[in-house]
Amino acid sequence: MGRKNFDIVVIGGGIVGTAIARELSKYKAGIGLIEKESDVGLGASNSNSGVVHSGFTAPVGSLKADVCMYGNSHFEEVCEELDVPFERVGKLVVAQNKKQVADLYNMQYVGSKNGAELHIVGKDFIKDKEPFIDGVAAMYSPNSAITSPYELTIAYAENAHENGVDIKLNTEVLKIEKNNSKFIIKTNNGSFKTKYIINSAGLYSDFIASFSGEDRYKIYPCRGEYYVLDKNASDLISRLVYPVPPENAGGYGIHLTPTVDGNILIGPSNEYIDDVQNEATTKEVMDQLIKEAKNFLPAINRDLVIRSYSGIRSKIVPPEIGGFTDFVIEKSPNYDNFINLIGIESPGLTSAPGIAKYVVEIIDKMENLQKDGDFNGKREGITKFDKLSLQKQKELTDSNPNYREIVCRCENVTKQEIIDALNNPLGVKNLKGIKYRARATMGRCQGGYCIARIIKIMQEELNLDIKDLKFDSNNSNLFSGQAKGWG
Amino acid sequence: MINKELVIIGAGPAGLAAALSAYKEGLRDILIIERENKPGGILKQCIHDGFGLHKFREVLTGPEYAYRYIEKVREKNIELLTNTIVTLLTNDKYIKAINQEKGIMEIKAEAVILAMGSRERTSGGISLPGDRLAGIYTAGLTQNLMNLHNIKVGENIVILGSGDIGLIMARRLTLEGANVKAVLEIMPYSSGLKRNINQCLVDYDIPLKLSHTVVDVKGDYRLETVTVAEVDEKLQPISGTEFDINCDTLILSVGLIPENELSKQANVQLDDITGGALVKDNLETNVEGIFSCGNVLHIHDLVDYVSDEAEKAGKAAVEYINSGEKWKKENLFVEPGQGINYVIPQVISKEKDQIFSMRVKKPDTDKMIKVTCAGEVIFQKEFKKVNPSEMIKINIKKEKFEPLEAKSIKVVAI
Repeated sequence: MGRKNFDIVVIGGGIVGTAIARELSKYKAGIGLIEKESDVGLGASNSNSGVVHSGFTAPVGSLKADVCMYGNSHFEEVCEELDVPFERVGKLVVAQNKKQVADLYNMQYVGSKNGAELHIVGKDFIKDKEPFIDGVAAMYSPNSAITSPYELTIAYAENAHENGVDIKLNTEVLKIEKNNSKFIIKTNNGSFKTKYIINSAGLYSDFIASFSGEDRYKIYPCRGEYYVLDKNASDLISRLVYPVPPENAGGYGIHLTPTVDGNILIGPSNEYIDDVQNEATTKEVMDQLIKEAKNFLPAINRDLVIRSYSGIRSKIVPPEIGGFTDFVIEKSPNYDNFINLIGIESPGLTSAPGIAKYVVEIIDKMENLQKDGDFNGKREGITKFDKLSLQKQKELTDSNPNYREIVCRCENVTKQEIIDALNNPLGVKNLKGIKYRARATMGRCQGGYCIARIIKIMQEELNLDIKDLKFDSNNSNLFSGQAKGWG
Repeated sequence: MINKELVIIGAGPAGLAAALSAYKEGLRDILIIERENKPGGILKQCIHDGFGLHKFREVLTGPEYAYRYIEKVREKNIELLTNTIVTLLTNDKYIKAINQEKGIMEIKAEAVILAMGSRERTSGGISLPGDRLAGIYTAGLTQNLMNLHNIKVGENIVILGSGDIGLIMARRLTLEGANVKAVLEIMPYSSGLKRNINQCLVDYDIPLKLSHTVVDVKGDYRLETVTVAEVDEKLQPISGTEFDINCDTLILSVGLIPENELSKQANVQLDDITGGALVKDNLETNVEGIFSCGNVLHIHDLVDYVSDEAEKAGKAAVEYINSGEKWKKENLFVEPGQGINYVIPQVISKEKDQIFSMRVKKPDTDKMIKVTCAGEVIFQKEFKKVNPSEMIKINIKKEKFEPLEAKSIKVVAI
């Protein structure tokens, strides 16, 4: 059952929680991470644009600007260490009219104060760099980059796990009590004692904070819907392409994001909703995505769409005000040992390395943490067959027959990669776990070809009855069972 | 590097028939590459009957139909590599493939026949609104799981789309004890064959709701409810008509897409309407020596016609290999006109009798299929009923268009 007593427990296994857990694992301490879902990163961390921002939207002098700038300059190093894709593709914020050109200069002013490198460029520059994009002028940010947000979250968690962090999945916090110098965290999966709590529960951070006697926070869930385009459309853009953000929208406007895997994302929309769990997509918004994307990329059409999804921002700015505010990272006024992270929305992914450092410094000041000499920050991900040279592919197929079987034909994922994904260090044994680790089912056929094959491998590897195979959580049976009349 | 005269990609009904036809024309250096562990393609999972009526004047199941071809391919010792997936095809007919025994293979072919079939349109492809839940499957995958892996996907079922696979699965799941609550179709008519509507829905009292679609899916990790609404003429949901159906499974039978990913790698030009290659009357694509047939060329309703088409492609590939002859320059473009969705082939030679395959845009009665060239009517035939789900085939003798001065012929349904 693992350990029950910790020095520090991180609540929430998103990008921020896992980054903190991994940063903490550099020190000698008993660390736990609690996540209510069946895997890390299944909230906003797997459903954002995967953009590493260069820091031109954060208010000057804010904590947000600090951690964002730190993140942008350290991201490549983090991705290198954790074996996660990273590409500094650059970004164009494209103006469609004179009024918007003025906005570009404003953004450039703010961004430059934050230390971001930004250039205002003309029509010719746009046409030269992005021939399919329409616009009258743009702000060019060479340091903007892309990564795989879910791979990074998984990588942080795996590396934290390798370095001794106890990661408890399918574990939902029901209640937190204070007992002398310790907190007792009651969950659906037993109780845990800990000296420190780090609340990085995202959409649920206000709920968790309430156990620290802190009722000031309120999270306003704000949904963003996305479209994913077929890799065949990947030539349409090679950089991030954003519109000038609409005023007080609370988002950056519907933009185009090339992903590290060669897809293009359209989105996200920006809609305050009532239910933090409502990750649905809607017809109205999906229609709007195509319409707005067409404004600056006329070549886009619906036939290129292979998937839609939504993610929910945990905003602390109420809908009637809109826009952005600073991140809140502070000790609870009642308990020093209870650190709340509230309103970590965009650029939360970019800021994760900086936030992790910031939070650990807060604890270090109270606890005087000791470096752990055994810490190993290197993590190796699954070998991606499709990304290798022909020579390397041949070496693998020569030595291991599991590389000779392509299971997912859209993404060219081999049987060995499926097996590697199933045997992940966190012990995630479901279809979604394989999806986010090996990319199987993420291509244009969305699993039509490979699901039957993956199921077979899951049965072989896990030795499970067909009716016990899960999509993600324990309530998500994939199938009802065997057909009648078979032995 | 392995050299081959003819490589056929896919051992489904198209690939098998093309191989046998090439063999019959005297070619011996043939390689069929199949990614599954057995030949037969989609027919392997089509355990219902209704195949072979045109070709064999018999009612066969899918596996039986496939076996007629597989048996002959074995008898003739035509080389067939199963469990082998092609990952690259170039326009100079270089092929990279991977299989269990041999690892990565590089093959150079003189001619290639594309016979990769089709894939299913997905929930993403139709922008299905709602949550991302367990319990949403495409119809072909459901059929594969049920008939080849003995897996029942769910108990209370709603099917979106009345394509043939959806209809067949409504019956199949009912026979396995599932409760199929409804088949929904966004169009005002079904895209499935009439006989399937009768035999799969009417006979089992399964309601078919035309002009209805799914506007929301909800559940706690696994599907629990679909919200259904009626749609207007523009196929937009009509507000106020929504109702919920409780179910644990939603099956999508919302269309097939020709699987042309390898074709695209080889710079084969595709038709926007069919999703398949643009072909000449010998089924050669714009890339010399690359031919296309079966569902990868356009979606067929009857496998018998796939076999016919593939035989033609096999024969043409052998002609190409033997003569190295380029396709005749004297040609006519074939244009679909009023009421016609598409016509295959898109380019014809003036020197040959021609067979055209076509589909109308919508179901109708008393329609005249009329073909004109240089202002003259060169073919016309009356149809009591036309339906997009039923492919129309017509033959025209070369004498009809050969003497005419024209660049194109036009096909209409009026």
